[in-house]
Amino acid sequence: MSILVIAEHDNAVLKAATLNTITAATQLGSDIAILVAGHGCGAVAEAAAKVVGVKKVLLADAPYYAHQLAENVAALVVGLAGGYTHILAPATAAGKNMLPRVAALLDVAQISDIVKVESVNTFVRPIYAGNVLATVQSKDPVKVITVRGTAFPAATATGGFAVVETVAPAADAGVSSFVGQQLTKSDRPELTAARTIVSGGRGMGNGENFKLLEDVADKLGAAVGASRAAVDAGFVPNDYQVGQTGKVVAPDLYIAVGISGAIQHLAGMKDSKVIVAINKDEEAPIFQVADYGLVADLFAAVPEMSKELDKLKAA
Amino acid sequence: MKILVAVKRVVDYNVKVRAKADGTGVETANVKMSMNPFDEIAVEEAVRLQEAGKAKEIVAVSLGVAACQDTIRTALAMGADRGILVETDAELQPLAVAKLLKAVVEKEKPDLVILGKQAIDDDANQTGQMLAALLGWPQGTFASKVDIDAGAINVTREIDGGLETVALKSPAVVTTDLRLNEPRFVKLPNIMKAKKKPLDVLKPADLGVDVAPRLITLKVQEPPKRQAGIKVDTVAALVDKLRNEAHVI
Ligand SMILES: Cc1cc2nc3c(=O)[nH]c(=O)nc-3n(C[C@H](O)[C@H](O)[C@H](O)COP(=O)(O)OP(=O)(O)OC[C@H]3O[C@@H](n4cnc5c(N)ncnc54)[C@H](O)[C@@H]3O)c2cc1C
Ligand SMILES: Nc1ncnc2c1ncn2[C@@H]1O[C@H](COP(=O)(O)O)[C@@H](O)[C@H]1O
Repeated sequence: MSILVIAEHDNAVLKAATLNTITAATQLGSDIAILVAGHGCGAVAEAAAKVVGVKKVLLADAPYYAHQLAENVAALVVGLAGGYTHILAPATAAGKNMLPRVAALLDVAQISDIVKVESVNTFVRPIYAGNVLATVQSKDPVKVITVRGTAFPAATATGGFAVVETVAPAADAGVSSFVGQQLTKSDRPELTAARTIVSGGRGMGNGENFKLLEDVADKLGAAVGASRAAVDAGFVPNDYQVGQTGKVVAPDLYIAVGISGAIQHLAGMKDSKVIVAINKDEEAPIFQVADYGLVADLFAAVPEMSKELDKLKAA
Repeated sequence: MKILVAVKRVVDYNVKVRAKADGTGVETANVKMSMNPFDEIAVEEAVRLQEAGKAKEIVAVSLGVAACQDTIRTALAMGADRGILVETDAELQPLAVAKLLKAVVEKEKPDLVILGKQAIDDDANQTGQMLAALLGWPQGTFASKVDIDAGAINVTREIDGGLETVALKSPAVVTTDLRLNEPRFVKLPNIMKAKKKPLDVLKPADLGVDVAPRLITLKVQEPPKRQAGIKVDTVAALVDKLRNEAHVI
């Protein structure tokens, strides 16, 4: 088995999702290479070389890889694909955007969002919003796979010593270009990497009220998430959305506030270790998955929680 | 400009899907079927582009069993002009769908193809990207805004850190995210009108595409159920449990 992992990064930092993908790769074989495609991303390649389990880092640097345009990165990956039995990327927005192009150009299926490696050609993946798990076997010569980060522990980020090899960039496809971005600024941990998440739903009423959650989140060192309804209503940015069609998270503690618990939301958080639900409707389906449920008005309960946390700190 | 929209018939999002007892698939008998929600958003976007004078014709395409005609009729009632059904009882996986759509694109020559970002049954999130790759076209996936101006297509995309805008050369593929628009309700007179709109039926063989699945589903199972825990009466009790019982704060 020879495995190519596509690194997720922003030209400066190797993103944590890559480490989970590397763990999935180690379950397939030990001959693991990582591709770092970007611009001015030497530091990322150095970081990738230190990840335990990685044999080789391929570094492709070109201005037109700076923003991970799928057309360009996919062409590069296809050019490098010869000899690999498996090509893996994290099931993040970037991985989901780029990797299906690679699969199509190689004329193979993509196996999306795997949660388990059964063997080198058999994988488990959730379908129907995680209501069921499908075990699928690939008949293709190359397995092109996106990996659900929450299903695999992170590989150890330091201690390895892979060689970094520069590879020639592929040509610029010239059909797309980056115009701009609006990134959500936050000092809190990233949702998918956070150990604690406080999420709000439609019950929050408006964006201003999310401050109540941010206050608790800051006391817990937590990230803030949301339901689709809260994002659609404009309370918080799109990248807060947890669920079937948003981010999948599995923190140690997930606190759902004013969220009813629709199946599409549960799909993104039901593998959390401990789930807390605060909802004024005792019939809300979120209580069926919550370890600790509090039937209460959030506007009283959340500020009170903040005070209780202060007491803990003081004690 | 001409727009092609891909519409998939899926189990309605309100249905709690169950695995068949023998593990060969999911229970679909007597289950409500609907247009994939992301595809409704795709049709809505196409219709809005037409209403804004930016698109001339909208063709809705579905692939699958004969009943997909209903899905196409819904798209026609929303405002699409014509429908194409690529009819087959065979299981279609995203690569096969992308190849069939490519063949339809080569016949129809649209300037823009709009698909959903994800079908809520297979949760694959692949088809649009695969189609774009096979055509050698650019893609604007997970779109929350589409701006078309003199042949240039600007797509604002929902990404993990926020939003990103890319410029695509036409022709291009766009896949929709939830915030792109809110699909309209279809009105009864439009449902009647839709019945008279043209709907062509093709077979995969007419398009010369091999649709054989590449992935074999060995089994389908329900994940272990999460047990409901306990209710606490006060915030103080909750915080105490989290600290002293669950040890998570
Ligand atoms: C294609 C598709 C994809 C989707 N993807 C996702 C996804 O990825 N993620 C997602 O979350 N959803 C997703 N959804 C939407 C999902 O079906 C639900 O509509 C959504 O999760 C509901 O959000 P909510 O729980 O915040 O709102 P609601 O269902 O309206 O629930 C609000 C809750 O707040 C409670 N509440 C109100 N006021 C208070 C108060 N003062 N104190 C305490 N509790 C209060 C209410 O009792 C209620 O339970 C998707 C839907 C579709 C069709
Ligand atoms: N059988 C189909 N018929 C029509 N469109 C489809 C079909 N399968 C997939 N699509 C389109 O591709 C999108 C993504 O599907 P998927 O890649 O399966 O998640 C859907 O939202 C549809 O727009």
